Amino acid sequence: MKFRKLAALGVTAAAALGIFGAVTAQDALSGDLEIFSWWTGGGEAAGLEALIASFTETNPGVNIINSAVAGGSGVNARAVLTTRMLGGDPPDTFQVHAGAELNDLWVRAGLMEPLNDIFEANGWMEQYPQGLLDLISDDAGNIYSVPVNIHRSNVLWYVPGNLEEWGVTVPANWSEFVDTTCPALQAAGVTPLAVGENWTQAHLWESVALAELGVDGYNGLWSGATSWTSPEAVGVWETFGQVLACSNDDRNALSWQDASRQVADGEAAFNIMGDWAAGYFLVDLALEPGTGFSWAASPGTDGTFMMLSDTFGLPVGAPNATNVRAWLTFLGSAEAQDIFNPLKGSLPANTTADIGNAELYNAYFQDAYADWTGNAIVGSQAHGAVASPAFTNGFSGIIASYGADGDASSAAANTATLALQTGIGG
Amino acid sequence: MAAQATVSSAPPRRRRFNRDRLTAILMILPSLIFIAIFVYGFIAQTGYTSLTDSNALQQLSRLPANFIGFSNYNDMINGTLNERFRTDMVNTVFFTVLFIVTCLVLGIGLAILLDQKVKGESIFRTIFLFPMALSFVVTGVVWKWLFNPTSGLNALPTLIGLPRGEFRWFISQESTLNFFWQDVPTILGFAVAAILVLAAVYFWIKKRSMVAAFVMAGGLLLVALVTFGDPNSLITLERPEQKGFNLALIALVVAAAWQMSGYTMAMYLAGLRGIPEELREAARVDGASEFGVYLRVVLPLLAPITLSAMIILGHISLKIFDLAYTMGGGDNLFIDMPGLNMYFLTFRGQDFARGATVAMVMLVMVAFVIVPYLITQLRGEKSL
Repeated sequence: MKFRKLAALGVTAAAALGIFGAVTAQDALSGDLEIFSWWTGGGEAAGLEALIASFTETNPGVNIINSAVAGGSGVNARAVLTTRMLGGDPPDTFQVHAGAELNDLWVRAGLMEPLNDIFEANGWMEQYPQGLLDLISDDAGNIYSVPVNIHRSNVLWYVPGNLEEWGVTVPANWSEFVDTTCPALQAAGVTPLAVGENWTQAHLWESVALAELGVDGYNGLWSGATSWTSPEAVGVWETFGQVLACSNDDRNALSWQDASRQVADGEAAFNIMGDWAAGYFLVDLALEPGTGFSWAASPGTDGTFMMLSDTFGLPVGAPNATNVRAWLTFLGSAEAQDIFNPLKGSLPANTTADIGNAELYNAYFQDAYADWTGNAIVGSQAHGAVASPAFTNGFSGIIASYGADGDASSAAANTATLALQTGIGG
Repeated sequence: MAAQATVSSAPPRRRRFNRDRLTAILMILPSLIFIAIFVYGFIAQTGYTSLTDSNALQQLSRLPANFIGFSNYNDMINGTLNERFRTDMVNTVFFTVLFIVTCLVLGIGLAILLDQKVKGESIFRTIFLFPMALSFVVTGVVWKWLFNPTSGLNALPTLIGLPRGEFRWFISQESTLNFFWQDVPTILGFAVAAILVLAAVYFWIKKRSMVAAFVMAGGLLLVALVTFGDPNSLITLERPEQKGFNLALIALVVAAAWQMSGYTMAMYLAGLRGIPEELREAARVDGASEFGVYLRVVLPLLAPITLSAMIILGHISLKIFDLAYTMGGGDNLFIDMPGLNMYFLTFRGQDFARGATVAMVMLVMVAFVIVPYLITQLRGEKSL
């Protein structure tokens, strides 16, 4: 009698607990969710806020902690993140660039949880392009992060009316730029190419390298198939030097906005910058796409889309893993990507997003999306897709030295040493 | 310590003294322990890290760092990839010397002017001292605007119809006093020899001591070694690497001196106020001109102030980070400083070992400035 009563009670309790447990897992999440990023200003911070607001609406029980660290375009944030991960105090989820920055550090150290179940449960394996999935997976096919957006690195910006006035056209490749476009513009008293501080020079370098080496040659730099000291690779540095000679000489005084602004102000003809510049032209400078400013693939890279992508992952030992999984499921959905990307000014990574909606995505992004789905895709070096942070740091030193002495063969040899030292192409 | 021991051996006060002493030890024990751990302990750890190949991937994978001896240091001096470190070393020497000299000259000049019993002295004092209240970050941003080659100070002459200034300030790529990195051992050798010879002459004139002969012999031996030996072979870097005084550093010096010369002035002013008026009167009675009073009476009495100011300014300039960072955006090698390189190696490159190596080099440089000062201070206390 007594035993039965107890057992019944136990069963009831278990059932109640089970139901309750199911409720907490699916409908009523609770507890904290710490989101770590370097999105502290402008459209990207607004986008993150909007995402958080939307997530909190459906999950009112979750207390979201937005730990964004400002400064140094992510350098400070990554320093804090490394310290926290070393100290065994990981945030629940953190921002990381797809590619080498994710794979060569966090995945290789075994600190990320595979997220294949989320991708499979939501049909994302078909909704995300294979080239992007490759950047966030290891060789065994484990996927480690959820991409939120796509940026394009190899974009040439200009003002169509100004080019007409100066009598030049968009150069098809770098030799045309150096031999024809550049002298014509210099004769007209216009800076042919506006370039800013060190990292924007590295950003220019990758566009030049892609144009000179082609897709296979460029990818070969990172896989080891292209030698850094080959005549072609030295040639990249030589072309880069000729291109720099066509640029403003106060490079080190300018931020990327300053350089882009020179194009809008008519002081310079062209600028090569990632497509976050579209948001700057559109919102900050209030120019109309197509007339006030226009764009093309950087010279010699037509048909190739050099990409970078911000992603969020789940570190091993995250205190609120259940909440993170719910957050990542939301983050990868077309709905969330349509909230975030119009504000940040980037392409949605999920192909089922509402890209055709002209209210959300402006003319630039309509155009870029066609390239994203139709072009060959390569990863950006300056933004962590193909090279580790150690390489990127050393490379900025080589760019700076090259800016001072213009010695192409020494720059090529130093890059080869750096690649060897940091395990690139090995 | 010796002086204290003799005091404590006086029998009647022994017990009370011991209790005092116990209290004193207990009082300073916590700070001693904390300083031992958080200052010297971490210096030791940084030193050890610089002898390993520690990096973020290795640490995150929970792998032990491998001990590799001094090869990071060798890499810094001779490795083709560490040109930035070598540029920083040269930059920091030129910057430190110029910055200290500018601050001292401006500081003593302002102090002497203010010492002339001008009306509203306290207002001027506040004005000159005010920049010190700012952070170097603010100074860097403001002077970056002022030095903008197209719209800043360079545009000033156009206001009165003169041509625009041409100097590119902090983005200038010009340099003078050029030499090759491979020449550094020779230059250092001659510099040390010159110091030794000067010290020998000084000892001989002041004290006529035999020390002078030894020091002189050492200096001359060094000159012979540098001249007839092959000191440049100490550098194994093959590619000749040109270094020099980057004119862009002038911009950095102006901004830093603008901030710190007011502080130097305050130090000198305190020193001037400490000189008894009778001394100056006596000199004047003896027929010294006002200039002579300053040159022969005031300045020699200010020597200790100059030393303190040099130490304070020296360690600021050797460790400078924020000013160069805000002005140069981080990667302008013409005004780059070791502190920036350390930060980028450690946190952007995630190469903890090489970052620690730069940190240790900086520590040694600062120690060269601070330690002699501490020794003279300690000696001074003992003789009291």
